[in-house]
Amino acid sequence: MAEPSPLLTVRNLGVAFRTPRGPVRAVDSLSFDVPHGRTLGIVGESGSGKSVTSLAVMGLHTGAEVTGSVALEGRELVGLSEPELNRLRGRRMAMIFQDPLSSLHPYYTVGEQIAEHHRVHFGSRRSAARARAIEALAEVGIPEPKRRAGEHPHQFSGGMRQRVMIAMALVCEPDLLIADEPTTALDVTVQAQILDLLARLQQERRLSIVMITHDLGVVARVAHEVLVMYGGRAAEQAPVDALFATPAHPYTRGLLDSLPRLDDPDDVPLRAIPGTPPSLLEPAPGCAFAPRCARAAAGTAGERERCATERPAPGGPEDHTAACHFASFPATAAHEGTAT
Amino acid sequence: MTTTPLPGTDPAPPLLRVRDLAMTFPGRRRSAPVRAVDGVGFDLAAGETLGLVGESGCGKSTTGRMIVRLLEPTAGSVEYDGRPIAHLPQRALKPLRREIQMVFQDPHSSLNPRQRVARIIADPLLVQGSPATEARGRALELMELVGLIPEHADRFPHEFSGGQAQRIGIARALATGPRLVVADEPVSALDVSVQAQIVNLMERLQEELGLSYLFIAHDLSVVKRVCDRVAVMYLGRIVEIGAKDRVYGAPAHPYTRALLSAVPLPDPAAERARERITLLGDPPSPAAPPPGCTFHPRCPKARAICRAEAPALRPLAPGEPREVACHFPEQD
Repeated sequence: MAEPSPLLTVRNLGVAFRTPRGPVRAVDSLSFDVPHGRTLGIVGESGSGKSVTSLAVMGLHTGAEVTGSVALEGRELVGLSEPELNRLRGRRMAMIFQDPLSSLHPYYTVGEQIAEHHRVHFGSRRSAARARAIEALAEVGIPEPKRRAGEHPHQFSGGMRQRVMIAMALVCEPDLLIADEPTTALDVTVQAQILDLLARLQQERRLSIVMITHDLGVVARVAHEVLVMYGGRAAEQAPVDALFATPAHPYTRGLLDSLPRLDDPDDVPLRAIPGTPPSLLEPAPGCAFAPRCARAAAGTAGERERCATERPAPGGPEDHTAACHFASFPATAAHEGTAT
Repeated sequence: MTTTPLPGTDPAPPLLRVRDLAMTFPGRRRSAPVRAVDGVGFDLAAGETLGLVGESGCGKSTTGRMIVRLLEPTAGSVEYDGRPIAHLPQRALKPLRREIQMVFQDPHSSLNPRQRVARIIADPLLVQGSPATEARGRALELMELVGLIPEHADRFPHEFSGGQAQRIGIARALATGPRLVVADEPVSALDVSVQAQIVNLMERLQEELGLSYLFIAHDLSVVKRVCDRVAVMYLGRIVEIGAKDRVYGAPAHPYTRALLSAVPLPDPAAERARERITLLGDPPSPAAPPPGCTFHPRCPKARAICRAEAPALRPLAPGEPREVACHFPEQD
């Protein structure tokens, strides 16, 4: 079932912003692939660089310095002109956001907004585009699509609005959908509906999805592969089962340990990760996670010194990599996960 | 109705007794009035944590705000330590503020950006008439208690991370030595790795200070973690209430079942194996609640009676301290 080449290839991506308080490297040395018809989950906390990464892939960072390579089916996107990007955005790759209301125009009907996408990319006639918009609304499970196409965004509930966004994103049948916290603002029962919808659309269209989220439950549910980001870099990358069963990076382990879970007994105290996510303004010379890391704290003086001063590069067996000097992979240290 | 204790609670009078609580907000312009809370009742014992869960618009925050008397209920009663407080006039509320405090969701927007941390934490004491130096000394103690560094007393809120800011909010809530803390989504604005710190802090403080919590949250995993009992709300009413183990282990209301099955588990294998009840549609608007059981349009078990008659909250079985508002509750 191996794909010949992935749809999206990101290599050594860097995104830097100039700020009044100094330059900020929001994303640094990031590499990942998204194969056809698969979902990559990108997990991270605020400031981890997960949203910046998605905007960089879409070429939406006007003020930032973007380095490295983003290739969509072999075509390099970094450095493309705005008109060239405009032809790709919405057509080959599309994006949905956390808050659909702020991404929709309040004045136009949702039918007009979806149809406009189709007209821009395919030069279709108004009537054809409108028919396509109604079809798109039906495909994302909006009842009475013909009537609702004539309504304005404020007339839709949060979940229905996110469906409208998905219809708009998919009306030109893109290959790649980037979903940035698409269900974070929704109630859990509605979140379940939207995740089901995305899974169905992925199957029907062999859509590749990048799902950006802070919710490890959502990742476990939808992702095939997972990228865990910390301080603008990749902390760990693995197929979803391996990541949850045998996390190799102390940060991933810490995150999983700190979660209250429905399926766990709750008489054991939560193992919180001490401290707070790092500031990107003053990046540590070593591992960004070192100040909060249980593994580093438990190490010898020499090990601690190494974590504090030497930045770890991602490494590991085949498809499971972790950027940690003391990453514990199942083959090498099967029981270390429980020891820390 | 106001004198019967709910079954399953201590025979000793509870710290908080809420009966038939209701809040109707007048409609704006021509829109219909909104019944945000419609007949909520529960008890909270001293030292206990009751979780109030539900989706947006279910009335859980409004309920919390009525209990701390940021809102005056339109109907119903709230008894704190045996004293009715639901309709006390503003000036009579001041002593009550010592006893009942609140922790808010967004730590930064609930702290005055122009005040230094010690002043923020001391504020409730100053309002209650403590001398400034004494209040400041207490603020420094509180900073230590919640895991902040007292040397940071003269910093401003923006110099703190979200988790630290929530610690400030908690310290302020504890300044007057309250017995009841209403926490409205206290961890949902925080990073995942920081949530556990705050949950652990709240559990430790409860143990050390004997606090009672009304813990309002939409995250069912967090609520399961911190609560002794849970009340599930839907459209302004409690649909199920009982001991945490029972509500989570054998949910009796179809909505509770659906809600629990919708929470994604951080375990891919369990996620694939899981049977999920997907509800259709969205929660209805509290301005136009459906007739009969308000859950019936989304309920997989709804029958004719559900469309006609609203089920009352009643014990699931004789002697079981769990109550369910459903014509056809699940019996395990």
